Amino acid sequence: MYLILKNINLKLQDKFPKYLSCNLIYQLSHNIIGIVLPIIIIIIWYLLTITETVRNNLLPPPQEVIDELLNLSSDGTLFSHILITLSRVFYGFVFGAVVATILGVITGVSPTLRSFFDPTIQALKAVPSLAWVPLFILWFGIFEDSKIALISVGVFFPIYLNLMMGIRQIDKKMIEVAHINNLNYFQTVRWVLLPGIIPEWVTGLRSGLALGWMFVIAAELMGASEGLGYLMIDGQMTGRPALIIGALILFAIIGKITDEILYISAKPFLKWKVSLNTMQEEENNA
Amino acid sequence: MLKIHNVSKAFKNNDKSVNVLENINLFVEKQEILSLVGQSGCGKSTLLRIISGLEKASSGHVKLYDEIITKPSSSIAMVFQDPRLMPWLNVFDNIKLSILNDNKETQKFKINNTLKKVGLENAGDLWPRQLSGGMAQRVAIARALVQEPKVLLLDEPFSALDSFTKTNLHEHVKDLWSSLKITIVMVTHDINEATGMSDRILVLQKPVKNKISKNEIIKINQPRSSYKNDEYNELIKNCIFKTNNIQTAAFI
Repeated sequence: MYLILKNINLKLQDKFPKYLSCNLIYQLSHNIIGIVLPIIIIIIWYLLTITETVRNNLLPPPQEVIDELLNLSSDGTLFSHILITLSRVFYGFVFGAVVATILGVITGVSPTLRSFFDPTIQALKAVPSLAWVPLFILWFGIFEDSKIALISVGVFFPIYLNLMMGIRQIDKKMIEVAHINNLNYFQTVRWVLLPGIIPEWVTGLRSGLALGWMFVIAAELMGASEGLGYLMIDGQMTGRPALIIGALILFAIIGKITDEILYISAKPFLKWKVSLNTMQEEENNA
Repeated sequence: MLKIHNVSKAFKNNDKSVNVLENINLFVEKQEILSLVGQSGCGKSTLLRIISGLEKASSGHVKLYDEIITKPSSSIAMVFQDPRLMPWLNVFDNIKLSILNDNKETQKFKINNTLKKVGLENAGDLWPRQLSGGMAQRVAIARALVQEPKVLLLDEPFSALDSFTKTNLHEHVKDLWSSLKITIVMVTHDINEATGMSDRILVLQKPVKNKISKNEIIKINQPRSSYKNDEYNELIKNCIFKTNNIQTAAFI
Protein backbone atom coordinates (compact mmCIF):
# COMPACT_ATOMS: atom_id res chain seq x y z
CA MET A 1 0.00 0.00 0.00
CA TYR A 2 2.68 2.49 1.05
CA LEU A 3 4.74 1.46 -1.99
CA ILE A 4 1.84 2.14 -4.29
CA LEU A 5 1.29 5.56 -2.72
CA LYS A 6 5.00 6.34 -2.97
CA ASN A 7 5.03 5.36 -6.66
CA ILE A 8 1.99 7.51 -7.40
CA ASN A 9 3.70 10.39 -5.66
CA LEU A 10 6.89 9.90 -7.69
CA LYS A 11 4.92 9.72 -10.93
CA LEU A 12 3.10 12.93 -10.05
CA GLN A 13 6.41 14.65 -9.46
CA ASP A 14 7.74 13.44 -12.84
CA LYS A 15 4.73 14.89 -14.57
CA PHE A 16 4.66 18.12 -12.58
CA PRO A 17 8.29 19.13 -11.90
CA LYS A 18 7.06 22.59 -10.91
CA TYR A 19 6.03 20.99 -7.58
CA LEU A 20 9.74 20.73 -6.80
CA SER A 21 10.37 24.39 -7.48
CA CYS A 22 7.32 25.22 -5.34
CA ASN A 23 8.91 23.27 -2.49
CA LEU A 24 12.21 25.10 -2.95
CA ILE A 25 10.43 28.46 -2.86
CA TYR A 26 8.53 27.33 0.23
CA GLN A 27 11.75 26.32 2.01
CA LEU A 28 13.55 29.53 1.05
CA SER A 29 10.63 31.70 2.11
CA HIS A 30 10.42 29.74 5.36
CA ASN A 31 14.08 30.57 6.09
CA ILE A 32 13.88 34.18 4.92
CA ILE A 33 10.81 34.99 7.02
CA GLY A 34 12.93 34.67 10.18
CA ILE A 35 14.97 37.75 9.34
CA VAL A 36 11.96 39.97 8.60
CA LEU A 37 11.42 40.95 12.26
CA PRO A 38 15.07 41.95 12.89
CA ILE A 39 14.94 44.09 9.72
CA ILE A 40 11.74 45.79 10.94
CA ILE A 41 13.38 46.44 14.33
CA ILE A 42 16.47 47.95 12.61
CA ILE A 43 14.23 50.17 10.44
CA ILE A 44 12.29 51.39 13.52
CA TRP A 45 15.59 51.89 15.36
CA TYR A 46 16.96 53.87 12.41
CA LEU A 47 13.82 56.04 12.20
CA LEU A 48 13.87 56.71 15.95
CA THR A 49 17.48 57.89 15.79
CA ILE A 50 17.28 59.84 12.52
CA THR A 51 14.25 61.77 13.75
CA GLU A 52 15.95 62.16 17.15
CA THR A 53 12.86 60.81 18.90
CA VAL A 54 15.39 59.15 21.23
CA ARG A 55 18.59 61.03 22.02
CA ASN A 56 21.65 59.64 20.17
CA ASN A 57 23.74 59.47 23.36
CA LEU A 58 21.20 56.93 24.66
CA LEU A 59 20.41 55.14 21.42
CA PRO A 60 23.00 55.67 18.68
CA PRO A 61 21.98 55.07 15.04
CA PRO A 62 22.67 51.57 13.57
CA GLN A 63 25.51 52.93 11.42
CA GLU A 64 27.36 54.12 14.53
CA VAL A 65 27.10 50.63 16.08
CA ILE A 66 28.43 49.05 12.86
CA ASP A 67 31.29 51.59 12.76
CA GLU A 68 32.16 50.83 16.40
CA LEU A 69 32.30 47.08 15.69
CA LEU A 70 34.28 47.56 12.45
CA ASN A 71 36.69 49.78 14.29
CA LEU A 72 37.22 47.13 16.96
CA SER A 73 37.59 44.34 14.43
CA SER A 74 40.13 46.21 12.28
CA ASP A 75 42.98 45.32 14.69
CA GLY A 76 41.54 41.93 15.64
CA THR A 77 40.48 43.04 19.15
CA LEU A 78 36.83 42.17 18.55
CA PHE A 79 37.65 38.60 17.48
CA SER A 80 39.79 37.98 20.54
CA HIS A 81 36.91 39.22 22.74
CA ILE A 82 34.47 36.94 20.86
CA LEU A 83 36.87 34.00 21.11
CA ILE A 84 37.42 34.33 24.83
CA THR A 85 33.63 34.53 25.47
CA LEU A 86 33.06 31.56 23.18
CA SER A 87 35.73 29.50 24.92
CA ARG A 88 34.21 30.29 28.36
CA VAL A 89 30.76 29.24 27.16
CA PHE A 90 32.22 26.14 25.49
CA TYR A 91 34.11 24.86 28.54
CA GLY A 92 31.31 25.82 30.94
CA PHE A 93 28.76 24.13 28.69
CA VAL A 94 30.79 20.94 28.22
CA PHE A 95 31.58 20.62 31.92
CA GLY A 96 28.02 21.42 33.07
CA ALA A 97 26.47 19.15 30.42
CA VAL A 98 28.70 16.16 31.25
CA VAL A 99 28.01 16.36 35.01
CA ALA A 100 24.26 16.99 34.42
CA THR A 101 24.02 14.08 31.98
CA ILE A 102 25.71 11.64 34.36
CA LEU A 103 23.62 12.73 37.35
CA GLY A 104 20.43 12.95 35.25
CA VAL A 105 20.88 9.40 33.99
CA ILE A 106 21.72 7.81 37.34
CA THR A 107 18.94 9.60 39.24
CA GLY A 108 16.48 8.82 36.44
CA VAL A 109 17.37 5.13 36.38
CA SER A 110 17.81 4.45 40.11
CA PRO A 111 15.10 5.46 42.63
CA THR A 112 17.60 5.08 45.49
CA LEU A 113 20.12 7.45 43.91
CA ARG A 114 17.27 9.82 43.03
CA SER A 115 16.21 9.92 46.70
CA PHE A 116 19.84 10.58 47.60
CA PHE A 117 20.74 13.30 45.07
CA ASP A 118 17.54 14.96 43.89
CA PRO A 119 16.38 16.85 47.03
CA THR A 120 19.79 18.56 47.33
CA ILE A 121 19.96 19.38 43.63
CA GLN A 122 16.40 20.77 43.68
CA ALA A 123 17.32 22.96 46.68
CA LEU A 124 20.47 24.23 44.95
CA LYS A 125 18.40 25.05 41.85
CA ALA A 126 16.61 27.71 43.91
CA VAL A 127 19.89 29.56 44.63
CA PRO A 128 20.13 32.67 42.37
CA SER A 129 23.03 32.58 39.92
CA LEU A 130 24.75 35.69 41.28
CA ALA A 131 24.76 34.20 44.79
CA TRP A 132 27.41 31.73 43.59
CA VAL A 133 29.80 34.51 42.50
CA PRO A 134 31.49 35.32 45.85
CA LEU A 135 31.95 31.66 46.65
CA PHE A 136 33.41 30.79 43.24
CA ILE A 137 35.78 33.77 43.37
CA LEU A 138 36.92 32.60 46.80
CA TRP A 139 37.35 29.01 45.64
CA PHE A 140 38.65 29.44 42.10
CA GLY A 141 40.07 32.99 42.04
CA ILE A 142 39.02 35.82 39.75
CA PHE A 143 40.33 34.31 36.51
CA GLU A 144 38.89 31.73 34.14
CA ASP A 145 38.01 28.90 36.53
CA SER A 146 35.41 30.85 38.51
CA LYS A 147 33.74 32.05 35.30
CA ILE A 148 33.62 28.55 33.82
CA ALA A 149 32.26 27.19 37.13
CA LEU A 150 29.47 29.80 37.13
CA ILE A 151 28.52 29.02 33.52
CA SER A 152 28.54 25.28 34.34
CA VAL A 153 26.07 25.87 37.17
CA GLY A 154 23.71 27.65 34.75
CA VAL A 155 24.05 24.90 32.15
CA PHE A 156 23.64 22.08 34.68
CA PHE A 157 20.07 22.47 35.95
CA PRO A 158 17.96 22.40 32.77
CA ILE A 159 19.93 19.43 31.39
CA TYR A 160 19.74 17.49 34.66
CA LEU A 161 16.00 18.14 35.15
CA ASN A 162 15.00 17.35 31.56
CA LEU A 163 17.03 14.16 31.51
CA MET A 164 15.88 12.89 34.89
CA MET A 165 12.22 13.61 34.12
CA GLY A 166 12.61 12.18 30.60
CA ILE A 167 13.88 8.86 31.96
CA ARG A 168 11.17 8.70 34.63
CA GLN A 169 8.48 9.34 32.04
CA ILE A 170 9.58 6.56 29.69
CA ASP A 171 6.51 4.43 29.01
CA LYS A 172 6.45 1.38 31.32
CA LYS A 173 5.10 -0.61 28.39
CA MET A 174 8.41 -0.11 26.54
CA ILE A 175 10.32 -1.48 29.52
CA GLU A 176 7.98 -4.46 29.48
CA VAL A 177 8.82 -5.05 25.81
CA ALA A 178 12.48 -5.05 26.83
CA HIS A 179 11.73 -7.63 29.56
CA ILE A 180 9.67 -9.92 27.36
CA ASN A 181 12.46 -9.82 24.75
CA ASN A 182 15.05 -10.75 27.40
CA LEU A 183 17.12 -7.58 27.13
CA ASN A 184 19.66 -7.32 29.93
CA TYR A 185 20.14 -4.10 31.95
CA PHE A 186 22.71 -2.56 29.60
CA GLN A 187 20.75 -3.52 26.49
CA THR A 188 17.64 -1.90 28.02
CA VAL A 189 19.58 1.30 28.69
CA ARG A 190 21.18 1.26 25.21
CA TRP A 191 18.07 0.40 23.15
CA VAL A 192 15.18 1.72 25.21
CA LEU A 193 16.13 4.34 27.78
CA LEU A 194 18.82 6.37 26.02
CA PRO A 195 17.19 6.73 22.59
CA GLY A 196 13.85 7.39 24.28
CA ILE A 197 15.16 10.37 26.23
CA ILE A 198 17.14 12.04 23.42
CA PRO A 199 14.35 14.62 22.73
CA GLU A 200 14.29 15.65 26.42
CA TRP A 201 18.09 15.68 26.53
CA VAL A 202 18.31 17.90 23.45
CA THR A 203 15.70 20.26 24.93
CA GLY A 204 17.79 20.34 28.13
CA LEU A 205 21.01 20.99 26.17
CA ARG A 206 19.41 23.86 24.24
CA SER A 207 17.98 25.44 27.41
CA GLY A 208 21.34 24.85 29.13
CA LEU A 209 23.20 26.55 26.28
CA ALA A 210 20.84 29.54 26.43
CA LEU A 211 21.45 29.81 30.17
CA GLY A 212 25.19 29.39 29.51
CA TRP A 213 25.04 32.56 27.38
CA MET A 214 23.15 34.38 30.15
CA PHE A 215 25.62 33.25 32.78
CA VAL A 216 28.67 34.22 30.71
CA ILE A 217 27.49 37.83 30.87
CA ALA A 218 27.13 37.56 34.65
CA ALA A 219 30.59 35.95 34.79
CA GLU A 220 32.21 38.63 32.62
CA LEU A 221 30.45 41.46 34.43
CA MET A 222 31.92 40.25 37.73
CA GLY A 223 35.42 41.21 36.72
CA ALA A 224 36.89 40.32 33.37
CA SER A 225 39.45 42.09 31.23
CA GLU A 226 38.38 40.37 28.02
CA GLY A 227 35.18 39.11 26.46
CA LEU A 228 31.91 40.51 25.13
CA GLY A 229 30.65 41.12 28.69
CA TYR A 230 33.78 43.14 29.38
CA LEU A 231 33.10 45.21 26.21
CA MET A 232 29.67 46.07 27.61
CA ILE A 233 31.17 47.21 30.93
CA ASP A 234 33.82 49.13 28.99
CA GLY A 235 31.08 50.80 26.91
CA GLN A 236 29.22 51.76 30.08
CA MET A 237 32.37 53.18 31.76
CA THR A 238 33.49 55.17 28.71
CA GLY A 239 29.98 56.32 27.72
CA ARG A 240 29.86 54.43 24.42
CA PRO A 241 26.29 53.08 23.99
CA ALA A 242 27.22 51.93 20.46
CA LEU A 243 29.69 49.47 21.99
CA ILE A 244 27.10 48.16 24.48
CA ILE A 245 24.49 47.67 21.73
CA GLY A 246 27.13 46.14 19.41
CA ALA A 247 28.11 43.58 22.10
CA LEU A 248 24.43 42.85 22.75
CA ILE A 249 23.82 42.17 19.06
CA LEU A 250 26.90 39.92 18.90
CA PHE A 251 25.65 37.96 21.91
CA ALA A 252 22.31 37.45 20.16
CA ILE A 253 23.87 36.42 16.83
CA ILE A 254 26.48 34.05 18.31
CA GLY A 255 23.91 32.59 20.74
CA LYS A 256 21.54 31.89 17.86
CA ILE A 257 24.31 30.33 15.75
CA THR A 258 25.46 28.00 18.56
CA ASP A 259 21.84 26.97 19.25
CA GLU A 260 21.34 26.27 15.54
CA ILE A 261 24.54 24.15 15.45
CA LEU A 262 23.26 22.13 18.43
CA TYR A 263 19.84 21.70 16.84
CA ILE A 264 21.27 20.61 13.46
CA SER A 265 23.69 18.16 15.14
CA ALA A 266 20.81 16.59 17.09
CA LYS A 267 18.43 16.40 14.11
CA PRO A 268 19.60 12.97 12.80
CA PHE A 269 18.78 11.46 16.22
CA LEU A 270 15.29 12.93 16.22
CA LYS A 271 14.16 11.71 12.81
CA TRP A 272 11.67 9.35 14.44
CA LYS A 273 9.91 12.10 16.36
CA VAL A 274 6.55 13.09 14.94
CA SER A 275 6.14 16.82 14.92
CA LEU A 276 4.55 19.37 12.68
CA ASN A 277 8.03 20.17 11.33
CA THR A 278 8.77 16.52 10.49
CA MET A 279 5.47 16.21 8.67
CA GLN A 280 6.10 19.39 6.68
CA GLU A 281 9.64 18.28 5.83
CA GLU A 282 8.40 14.86 4.71
CA GLU A 283 5.73 16.49 2.57
CA ASN A 284 8.38 18.71 1.00
CA ASN A 285 10.79 15.83 0.40
CA ALA A 286 8.12 13.49 -0.96
CA MET B 1 3.74 -28.90 26.72
CA LEU B 2 2.47 -25.93 28.78
CA LYS B 3 1.13 -26.90 32.18
CA ILE B 4 -0.69 -24.41 34.37
CA HIS B 5 -0.90 -25.90 37.84
CA ASN B 6 -3.13 -24.45 40.58
CA VAL B 7 -2.33 -20.88 39.59
CA SER B 8 -3.87 -18.15 41.75
CA LYS B 9 -3.19 -14.45 41.68
CA ALA B 10 -4.23 -11.75 44.13
CA PHE B 11 -3.46 -8.05 43.85
CA LYS B 12 -3.22 -5.76 46.84
CA ASN B 13 -5.39 -2.68 46.63
CA ASN B 14 -5.44 -0.28 49.62
CA ASP B 15 -4.43 -3.08 52.02
CA LYS B 16 -7.21 -5.27 50.62
CA SER B 17 -6.37 -8.38 48.69
CA VAL B 18 -8.34 -8.82 45.47
CA ASN B 19 -8.36 -12.28 43.92
CA VAL B 20 -8.08 -12.21 40.16
CA LEU B 21 -7.34 -15.87 39.47
CA GLU B 22 -8.17 -18.85 41.63
CA ASN B 23 -6.71 -22.33 41.22
CA ILE B 24 -6.43 -22.43 37.46
CA ASN B 25 -5.38 -25.80 36.09
CA LEU B 26 -4.84 -26.32 32.42
CA PHE B 27 -2.71 -28.25 29.98
CA VAL B 28 -1.97 -26.73 26.60
CA GLU B 29 -1.00 -29.21 23.90
CA LYS B 30 1.83 -28.70 21.47
CA GLN B 31 0.74 -26.81 18.31
CA GLU B 32 -2.62 -26.01 19.84
CA ILE B 33 -4.40 -22.65 19.63
CA LEU B 34 -6.09 -21.93 22.94
CA SER B 35 -8.19 -18.83 23.49
CA LEU B 36 -8.96 -17.25 26.84
CA VAL B 37 -12.31 -15.47 26.95
CA GLY B 38 -14.41 -13.99 29.73
CA GLN B 39 -15.79 -10.77 31.08
CA SER B 40 -13.51 -7.82 31.82
CA GLY B 41 -11.55 -8.30 35.02
CA CYS B 42 -11.78 -12.09 35.02
CA GLY B 43 -8.00 -12.40 34.85
CA LYS B 44 -7.41 -13.38 31.19
CA SER B 45 -4.52 -10.99 30.63
CA THR B 46 -3.12 -11.71 34.10
CA LEU B 47 -3.00 -15.42 33.31
CA LEU B 48 -1.25 -14.64 30.03
CA ARG B 49 1.28 -12.43 31.82
CA ILE B 50 1.95 -15.20 34.35
CA ILE B 51 2.57 -17.64 31.49
CA SER B 52 4.95 -15.12 29.89
CA GLY B 53 6.92 -14.68 33.11
CA LEU B 54 6.13 -10.94 33.30
CA GLU B 55 3.95 -11.51 36.37
CA LYS B 56 4.46 -13.91 39.28
CA ALA B 57 1.63 -16.14 40.47
CA SER B 58 0.62 -15.75 44.13
CA SER B 59 0.52 -19.54 44.30
CA GLY B 60 0.90 -22.40 41.86
CA HIS B 61 3.17 -22.42 38.84
CA VAL B 62 3.38 -22.67 35.06
CA LYS B 63 5.68 -25.22 33.44
CA LEU B 64 6.95 -25.25 29.89
CA TYR B 65 7.80 -28.91 29.37
CA ASP B 66 9.44 -29.64 32.74
CA GLU B 67 10.76 -26.19 33.46
CA ILE B 68 8.93 -23.82 35.81
CA ILE B 69 8.57 -20.34 34.29
CA THR B 70 9.93 -17.68 36.64
CA LYS B 71 10.90 -14.96 34.16
CA PRO B 72 10.52 -14.16 30.44
CA SER B 73 12.48 -16.46 28.16
CA SER B 74 13.08 -16.75 24.43
CA SER B 75 10.88 -19.87 24.33
CA ILE B 76 7.81 -17.75 24.99
CA ALA B 77 7.05 -14.64 22.93
CA MET B 78 4.24 -12.18 23.49
CA VAL B 79 2.30 -9.73 21.32
CA PHE B 80 0.37 -7.06 23.20
CA GLN B 81 -2.91 -5.30 22.44
CA ASP B 82 -1.00 -2.27 21.12
CA PRO B 83 2.04 -3.02 18.93
CA ARG B 84 4.44 -1.38 21.43
CA LEU B 85 7.04 -0.60 18.80
CA MET B 86 9.88 1.63 19.93
CA PRO B 87 9.17 4.87 18.05
CA TRP B 88 12.90 5.67 17.88
CA LEU B 89 13.79 2.43 16.07
CA ASN B 90 12.87 1.60 12.50
CA VAL B 91 11.02 -1.62 11.70
CA PHE B 92 14.26 -3.61 11.21
CA ASP B 93 15.72 -2.52 14.57
CA ASN B 94 12.42 -3.05 16.37
CA ILE B 95 12.46 -6.68 15.28
CA LYS B 96 16.17 -6.92 16.09
CA LEU B 97 15.36 -6.21 19.76
CA SER B 98 14.40 -9.83 20.38
CA ILE B 99 17.58 -11.28 18.85
CA LEU B 100 20.22 -8.80 20.06
CA ASN B 101 22.56 -11.57 21.13
CA ASP B 102 22.79 -13.12 17.65
CA ASN B 103 25.56 -12.01 15.31
CA LYS B 104 24.82 -9.37 12.65
CA GLU B 105 24.62 -11.78 9.72
CA THR B 106 22.20 -14.08 11.54
CA GLN B 107 20.12 -11.09 12.65
CA LYS B 108 19.87 -9.79 9.09
CA PHE B 109 18.94 -13.20 7.70
CA LYS B 110 16.33 -13.90 10.41
CA ILE B 111 14.76 -10.45 10.25
CA ASN B 112 14.46 -10.38 6.45
CA ASN B 113 13.04 -13.88 6.55
CA THR B 114 10.47 -12.96 9.21
CA LEU B 115 9.53 -9.72 7.44
CA LYS B 116 8.81 -11.81 4.35
CA LYS B 117 6.65 -14.18 6.42
CA VAL B 118 4.49 -11.33 7.72
CA GLY B 119 4.31 -9.71 4.27
CA LEU B 120 6.41 -6.64 5.04
CA GLU B 121 9.58 -7.44 3.09
CA ASN B 122 10.11 -3.82 1.97
CA ALA B 123 9.21 -2.11 5.23
CA GLY B 124 12.48 -2.58 7.16
CA ASP B 125 13.52 1.07 6.85
CA LEU B 126 10.18 2.58 7.83
CA TRP B 127 9.57 4.33 11.16
CA PRO B 128 6.69 3.07 13.34
CA ARG B 129 4.85 6.37 12.79
CA GLN B 130 4.76 5.60 9.06
CA LEU B 131 2.93 2.29 9.56
CA SER B 132 -0.80 1.62 9.56
CA GLY B 133 -2.33 -0.15 12.58
CA GLY B 134 -2.33 -3.51 10.80
CA MET B 135 1.26 -3.11 9.60
CA ALA B 136 2.44 -2.13 13.09
CA GLN B 137 0.75 -5.19 14.59
CA ARG B 138 2.40 -7.40 11.95
CA VAL B 139 5.78 -5.92 12.93
CA ALA B 140 4.98 -6.78 16.56
CA ILE B 141 4.15 -10.33 15.47
CA ALA B 142 7.40 -10.46 13.47
CA ARG B 143 9.33 -9.30 16.56
CA ALA B 144 7.76 -12.14 18.52
CA LEU B 145 8.34 -14.78 15.83
CA VAL B 146 11.92 -13.87 14.92
CA GLN B 147 13.20 -15.47 18.13
CA GLU B 148 11.58 -18.76 17.04
CA PRO B 149 9.52 -19.27 20.20
CA LYS B 150 7.80 -22.49 21.20
CA VAL B 151 4.79 -20.59 22.54
CA LEU B 152 3.27 -17.39 21.17
CA LEU B 153 1.08 -15.42 23.56
CA LEU B 154 -1.36 -12.96 22.00
CA ASP B 155 -3.00 -10.42 24.34
CA GLU B 156 -5.97 -9.10 22.34
CA PRO B 157 -3.67 -8.22 19.44
CA PHE B 158 -6.48 -7.55 16.97
CA SER B 159 -8.85 -5.58 19.17
CA ALA B 160 -7.76 -2.14 18.01
CA LEU B 161 -7.96 -2.98 14.31
CA ASP B 162 -10.75 -2.46 11.79
CA SER B 163 -12.67 -5.58 10.76
CA PHE B 164 -11.03 -5.84 7.32
CA THR B 165 -7.49 -5.70 8.74
CA LYS B 166 -8.54 -8.00 11.58
CA THR B 167 -9.83 -10.72 9.22
CA ASN B 168 -6.70 -10.38 7.15
CA LEU B 169 -4.45 -10.79 10.20
CA HIS B 170 -6.47 -13.77 11.49
CA GLU B 171 -5.68 -15.60 8.26
CA HIS B 172 -2.07 -14.49 8.47
CA VAL B 173 -1.62 -15.74 12.04
CA LYS B 174 -3.26 -19.06 11.16
CA ASP B 175 -0.91 -19.48 8.17
CA LEU B 176 2.09 -18.68 10.36
CA TRP B 177 0.86 -21.10 13.03
CA SER B 178 0.49 -23.96 10.57
CA SER B 179 3.85 -23.28 8.88
CA LEU B 180 5.87 -22.66 12.06
CA LYS B 181 4.11 -25.32 14.13
CA ILE B 182 4.01 -23.26 17.31
CA THR B 183 1.58 -23.22 20.23
CA ILE B 184 -0.61 -20.13 20.58
CA VAL B 185 -2.42 -18.89 23.67
CA MET B 186 -4.63 -15.92 22.85
CA VAL B 187 -6.71 -13.56 24.98
CA THR B 188 -9.70 -12.12 23.17
CA HIS B 189 -12.98 -10.34 23.81
CA ASP B 190 -14.25 -11.34 20.40
CA ILE B 191 -16.13 -14.64 20.56
CA ASN B 192 -16.14 -14.99 16.76
CA GLU B 193 -12.38 -14.59 16.78
CA ALA B 194 -12.04 -17.25 19.49
CA THR B 195 -14.25 -19.79 17.71
CA GLY B 196 -12.76 -19.00 14.32
CA MET B 197 -9.15 -19.47 15.36
CA SER B 198 -8.95 -21.81 18.34
CA ASP B 199 -8.81 -25.52 18.98
CA ARG B 200 -10.05 -24.97 22.52
CA ILE B 201 -11.51 -22.03 24.42
CA LEU B 202 -11.13 -21.43 28.13
CA VAL B 203 -13.99 -19.36 29.51
CA LEU B 204 -12.77 -17.70 32.70
CA GLN B 205 -15.10 -16.55 35.46
CA LYS B 206 -14.37 -13.77 37.94
CA PRO B 207 -13.54 -15.30 41.34
CA VAL B 208 -16.36 -14.62 43.79
CA LYS B 209 -15.71 -14.66 47.54
CA ASN B 210 -16.66 -17.91 49.29
CA LYS B 211 -17.74 -19.45 46.03
CA ILE B 212 -15.91 -21.86 43.78
CA SER B 213 -15.79 -20.31 40.32
CA LYS B 214 -16.29 -22.69 37.44
CA ASN B 215 -14.05 -22.06 34.50
CA GLU B 216 -15.18 -23.95 31.46
CA ILE B 217 -13.23 -25.27 28.54
CA ILE B 218 -14.81 -25.76 25.15
CA LYS B 219 -13.29 -27.91 22.46
CA ILE B 220 -13.93 -26.75 18.94
CA ASN B 221 -14.40 -29.67 16.58
CA GLN B 222 -12.33 -29.47 13.43
CA PRO B 223 -12.81 -28.65 10.61
CA ARG B 224 -14.85 -25.58 11.54
CA SER B 225 -17.96 -24.53 9.72
CA SER B 226 -19.79 -21.23 9.96
CA TYR B 227 -22.93 -23.10 11.07
CA LYS B 228 -21.04 -24.73 13.93
CA ASN B 229 -19.32 -21.44 14.79
CA ASP B 230 -22.74 -19.94 15.52
CA GLU B 231 -23.49 -22.81 17.89
CA TYR B 232 -20.17 -22.38 19.63
CA ASN B 233 -20.73 -18.64 19.92
CA GLU B 234 -24.03 -19.26 21.71
CA LEU B 235 -22.40 -21.78 23.98
CA ILE B 236 -19.56 -19.42 24.93
CA LYS B 237 -21.99 -16.57 25.59
CA ASN B 238 -23.93 -18.90 27.86
CA CYS B 239 -20.75 -19.86 29.64
CA ILE B 240 -19.72 -16.25 30.15
CA PHE B 241 -23.09 -14.92 31.28
CA LYS B 242 -24.35 -18.16 32.85
CA THR B 243 -27.71 -17.89 31.12
CA ASN B 244 -28.20 -21.62 30.53
CA ASN B 245 -27.03 -24.90 31.92
CA ILE B 246 -23.92 -25.93 30.14
CA GLN B 247 -23.89 -29.48 29.04
CA THR B 248 -21.27 -29.73 26.35
CA ALA B 249 -18.58 -27.76 28.11
CA ALA B 250 -16.17 -29.51 30.39
CA PHE B 251 -15.63 -28.00 33.82
CA ILE B 252 -12.08 -27.59 34.97
